[in-house]
Amino acid sequence: MEPVNRMKIEFSSLAANVSFARVAAGAFASQLDFTLNDIEELKVAVSEAVTNSIIHGYQNDPAKIIELSAEIRCETLVLAVEDRGLGIDNIENALQPAYSTDPERMGLGFAFMQSFSDSLDVQSLPGKGTRVIMTRACRKEATPQQGH
Amino acid sequence: MDMHIEVKEKSMLVRLRGEIDLAVTDTLRESLEKELDDNSLIKNLIINLEGVTYIDSSGLGVILGRYRRVSRYGGKVFIVGATAQVKKVLELSGLLNIMQECPSEALALDLAG
Ligand SMILES: Nc1ncnc2c1ncn2[C@@H]1O[C@H](COP(=O)(O)OP(=O)(O)OP(=O)(O)O)[C@@H](O)[C@H]1O
Ligand SMILES: [Mg+2]
Repeated sequence: MEPVNRMKIEFSSLAANVSFARVAAGAFASQLDFTLNDIEELKVAVSEAVTNSIIHGYQNDPAKIIELSAEIRCETLVLAVEDRGLGIDNIENALQPAYSTDPERMGLGFAFMQSFSDSLDVQSLPGKGTRVIMTRACRKEATPQQGH
Repeated sequence: MDMHIEVKEKSMLVRLRGEIDLAVTDTLRESLEKELDDNSLIKNLIINLEGVTYIDSSGLGVILGRYRRVSRYGGKVFIVGATAQVKKVLELSGLLNIMQECPSEALALDLAG
């Protein structure tokens, strides 16, 4: 059995770190045989989770810390984004497409995370924080063959 | 992100480049709002995304907000030049159902009248 490959990063809850987080996650994911398209999608998913931690979890407080971790096991990438912020009152509502507690936002974040991963697990406790875990398997055979 | 704003008759032409995420959405929103505030002749919005390499829900929210503003007065929003990644999230978001996608700025300007 292959050893599990892991990484974990902590960074400040700053808007500038959204791109840092997606680039880091993309670079880690590139160790699997994902297509460029898969990596693009994973980057959006990570950005959405980190953006939510910054604006909803921490209400834009730059003194707070977000944790991004990833694991590769059995050709599958497991990504986790965690904050110790406000938490989510009603996870079921939050996961509905077009649901947002902010009238300026579209409520698309979780929908993108869902579309761009194989599984999405949201763990949250009001007042404690939120952890979003996404998995995505790297299936080489699933990519359509070119030139047939 | 780079932004270039030009007003052509009744249309505001916005050319965007680079990555559009939470780090730039305040700047983007404020610039677009300022132009709309300052120029009451603007009716339609043409957004050229040709040079945009990344966009997520934060950027789409800014576009939808401006769509709401111009459509209140019967204006339209045209999207030009979305590349594959950008087009995928635009489609998933449903924004392409309410905005018109156009192959070129010239055509968008034509349609905007
Ligand atoms: N980390 C978090 N901490 C607290 N609340 C959260 C967190 N993530 C999501 N939420 C809640 O879940 C709702 C839905 O999140 P989602 O990302 O789908 O939409 P949004 O962030 O409101 O809009 P968009 O992602 O389109 O900008 C948010 O409006 C917010 O109330
Ligand atoms: Mg969101």
